[in-house]
Amino acid sequence: MKTDELITALSLGVEPVNRRRVNRTIGLALVVGTLVAVVAVLVGLGVRDDLTTPRAVVFLLMKLAFALSTAGVASVYLARAVRPGGERKISVGLLAIPFAAIMLLAAVSLGQAPSSHWDRMVLGSEWLECFLSIPIIAIVPFALAIWAARRAAPTNLVRAGALSGLVAGGVSSVAYALHCADDSLPFVAVWYGGTIVLCTLTGAILGPRLLRW
Amino acid sequence: MLGANAEFRSNFQAGRNRIDRVNEYQHKTGPFPIEEELKALMLASQDGDADAHQRLLKRLSRHLRAYYKGKLIRVGRGATEAEDLVQEAVLAIHIQRHTYNPEEPLTPWVHAIARYKLIDFLRRTRASVADVPIDEANEITAHDDHLSAESSFDVLKLLNRLPEKMQCAIQAVKIDGLSVAEAARRCGISESGVKVSVHRGLKALARVIAQRTGT
Repeated sequence: MKTDELITALSLGVEPVNRRRVNRTIGLALVVGTLVAVVAVLVGLGVRDDLTTPRAVVFLLMKLAFALSTAGVASVYLARAVRPGGERKISVGLLAIPFAAIMLLAAVSLGQAPSSHWDRMVLGSEWLECFLSIPIIAIVPFALAIWAARRAAPTNLVRAGALSGLVAGGVSSVAYALHCADDSLPFVAVWYGGTIVLCTLTGAILGPRLLRW
Repeated sequence: MLGANAEFRSNFQAGRNRIDRVNEYQHKTGPFPIEEELKALMLASQDGDADAHQRLLKRLSRHLRAYYKGKLIRVGRGATEAEDLVQEAVLAIHIQRHTYNPEEPLTPWVHAIARYKLIDFLRRTRASVADVPIDEANEITAHDDHLSAESSFDVLKLLNRLPEKMQCAIQAVKIDGLSVAEAARRCGISESGVKVSVHRGLKALARVIAQRTGT
C-alpha cells in the first residue's frame, strides 16, 4: 500500500482533539485511585483511634505531607511521561526530595535517641502490616494510573511504569497513614519510603509489558 | 612555513564568513523554519482542519522516510521495511495527536514517536536494540524523501480483522468519506459511537500491524 493512500484515508472526517484529555485522564485516575484507597482503609482497617491527641495529629500530618508530596510530584511527572518525548522533562532529583527529607529527619531523630531505642523506633509495633498494606492498597491506584497512561503514548515505558508505581505507592501511603499508629520518623522513612520504592520498582518492571502501544 | 600559515588564515576566514552567513540567515528566518511550519499545521490539525492534517502527514511522511531509510540501511533492511515503519509512524501520529502539548516544540514529539516505533520494530524483528543508533531530535526533520515504496501490508485489507462495528465505522468515515451522521445511520450506531469506533478501530489496526510485522 502507498503511504499517500493511507494519509488520504486518515484525513477524511478529521475530528478536533481535546488537548486537555491527557491531563484530565491522569487527574481522574488520581482522584478515583485516592478515593478507592481511602475507602479501603476506612472499611478494612479503620482510622487510628487516638486522633484526639495533638501528638497523633502532628504525626498524621507529617506522614500525609510526605505521602502527598510524593504522589503530587509523581503525578505531575506522569502526565509529562505519557506524552511522546516527555520522559526527558523529568527530574529524578525533585522526585527524591521527599525521600531525602524524611531520611534526614529520621537520621536526626535516631541521633537524638539512645541506641537502645533504635530497634523500637525503626520496627514500631506494626511494621509487617505497613509493609503488606501499602502495596496491596496500591493495586487499584496502580491499575488506574496504567489505564490513564495507556490512553496516551509514553515512549519510555520503564519510566512511565515507574512513575505509575510511584503515584500508586504515594496514594496508598496517604490512605494507610489514616490508620497507622506507629509514630516515629525512622518507621515512616523505612516502611513508607521502602514500600513506595518497591511499588516504583514493580511499576518499572511491569511498564514495558503493560504500556506497549 | 609562512605560506602555509597565510593559507590557513585565509581558509579560517572563509569558514568564518560562511558561519556568519548561516547565522545571518537563521537570524532572519528563525532557527528552525521547518519546526514553525509543521507546528502551525499540527495546531490546525488538532483543531480538526482536515486539509492541514493531510499536509502535515504528507510532510512528516517524507521526513520519516528519510529517517527510517537512513537508520535501517545500517542494520541491513530495505525500503519496504522503511515504508512499513513510515506508515506505522504516520498512523501513530494520527492516533496520538491529542498527546502533543502546544507549549512544546513539535520536532521532539515526532522524533520520540519515530524512535519508539523504530526500537519496537527492531525488538520484534529480533535485531539487537544495541544497533539503534543514538540520534538527536532535529535529525527527524533534517532530510526529506518523497521516493515512497509500497509497504508490505495493506491497512485497508487488515480492517477485516477488526470487530464489525469498528470496520463499518472506519470504512464509512475514512474510506467512503461519509459524515459522522451518515456513518451512524449506515452502521446503526450513535454518532459518538462512530467517533469512538473509528478511534479504537485505528488503535486496534495499529496493533494488528505491529503484530503482523513481527512474524
